[in-house]
Amino acid sequence: MKSGSTLEKILTAGHFAFTGELGPPRGANLDAIRKKAQPLKGMVDAVNITDNQTAVVRMSSWAASLFAISEGLEPNFQMVCRDRNRLAMQSDILGAYAHGVRNMLCLSGDHQQFGDHPQSKGVFDIDSIQLIGMVKNMRDEGKFLNGQEIDGAPKMFIGAAANPFAEPFEWRVYRLAKKIAAGADFIQTQCVFNMEKMREWIKRANDMGLTEKVYILAGVTPMKSLGMARYMKSKVPGMDVPDYVIDRIKGVDKSKQADEGIKIACEQIAEFKEMKGVAGVHLMPIEWEHKVPEIAERAGMLPRPQV
Amino acid sequence: MIVAERKPFDEIKGLIDGYKKVLVVGCGTCVAVCLTGGEKEVGVLTAELKLTQKAETSPATFGEATVQRQCDFEFLDEIKDRVGDYDALLSMACGAGIQFLAERYPDIPVFPAVNTIFIGVNKDVGWYEERCKACGTCVLGLTGGVCPVTMCAKSLFNGPCGGTNQKSCEINNDQPCAWHMIYERLSKQGRLENIMKICPPNDWRNQRPQTLIQPGYEERKAMTA
Repeated sequence: MKSGSTLEKILTAGHFAFTGELGPPRGANLDAIRKKAQPLKGMVDAVNITDNQTAVVRMSSWAASLFAISEGLEPNFQMVCRDRNRLAMQSDILGAYAHGVRNMLCLSGDHQQFGDHPQSKGVFDIDSIQLIGMVKNMRDEGKFLNGQEIDGAPKMFIGAAANPFAEPFEWRVYRLAKKIAAGADFIQTQCVFNMEKMREWIKRANDMGLTEKVYILAGVTPMKSLGMARYMKSKVPGMDVPDYVIDRIKGVDKSKQADEGIKIACEQIAEFKEMKGVAGVHLMPIEWEHKVPEIAERAGMLPRPQV
Repeated sequence: MIVAERKPFDEIKGLIDGYKKVLVVGCGTCVAVCLTGGEKEVGVLTAELKLTQKAETSPATFGEATVQRQCDFEFLDEIKDRVGDYDALLSMACGAGIQFLAERYPDIPVFPAVNTIFIGVNKDVGWYEERCKACGTCVLGLTGGVCPVTMCAKSLFNGPCGGTNQKSCEINNDQPCAWHMIYERLSKQGRLENIMKICPPNDWRNQRPQTLIQPGYEERKAMTA
């Protein structure tokens, strides 16, 4: 075991993993975390705690990760390169690990221009692939980025993101290979809507032997409405929403659109369970945490294995 | 070249408010090429400043001077007989030139009339684009001559990020994705292996003031200092 996290145990035992997401509050409101955490308990193996997502200030991801632990959830501590230099990153990793955090997701982060402090200076001292390498080096060599010894190495299960859809498509699988070479143990993909492209990407990853080296969790986001589907298609960079998804949501009565969205998500999960090279699903219901139990049930993800 | 843009007129006016004799000092090199701070722009700014003084009972007066390069003491010496007549200097050079003017004439307040914005290229008359952040550790040999530090909004060394959007950057559809350009160029040149390897963390030399002494000039520097 590299970290001994539940997520690592689930994946190494060959179970189909199921992870969720929890965005920290825009303030010190602990009740908001509890409220979001409650429906996730027992439903998922780990919960991503986002790090100032969309470049909007929120409670720090390591602090919210600690609250997730106290709420009985296993956090997947997200860290972006936008807000911290290599000193702050390493010290936060040490602190989070010392408090029991065992999974990390290493990300570049959305550009600060999108957020609530667009005038801020983006740090980007190192990039996401360099961050993965740094965390691996801290864990496996017990060394800081500068090569000096760590007194008590943090043993993290290292995650990274992948966008199977962005252009140039041919390069995506090579960038995945770079993340694996840097030290990623698991991958969570961008929300998948375009299943054809996802199948092709996974096929290429299989052909290159990458899926034998890393656990890939496919990102699933249920559409809540036609408006959301259209917004995701046209406004969110890097998102690939094919017309047939829009048409399916449009094809049902407005009162049934949310249900249709969940139905699509469950069909995707069913396919991912059978897809060679996919080791689990990362569920990202946007401000829809309370629907997680229903989705987990309908997708046949329950009960979660005990490891 | 170094590219600058003129500050808003009201800000310039505010900076020199209260000074009665102001010498507007242009620079004949980079800022002249980018149509911001050369002899012609010194003339325009001075004329605008004079106009604001028409209604004043004791109007401020303005002089004009443009030197070849404000980043060189040799050229700054050319105005040494004139600066004594003024109680403030308004520089239209880049940030380096403004500081050197202040260093050469430390007894006189020096104010900036421009904002220095980047090291860039002349795309066309009146059209300039950034190309270099002077990071101090050039990787252009690896990246097909496209700078990931400058041209990628996140300065990624192992891009593109997940926000790359049909050849554009996530920050703006008009901004090309640097890593898409890098990929395309290396792909055409058959050099993709360059970016298959992981590029290690950068040494950000530009985080402290830099000095360059060319080989053979060490003694000369020691004598001056």
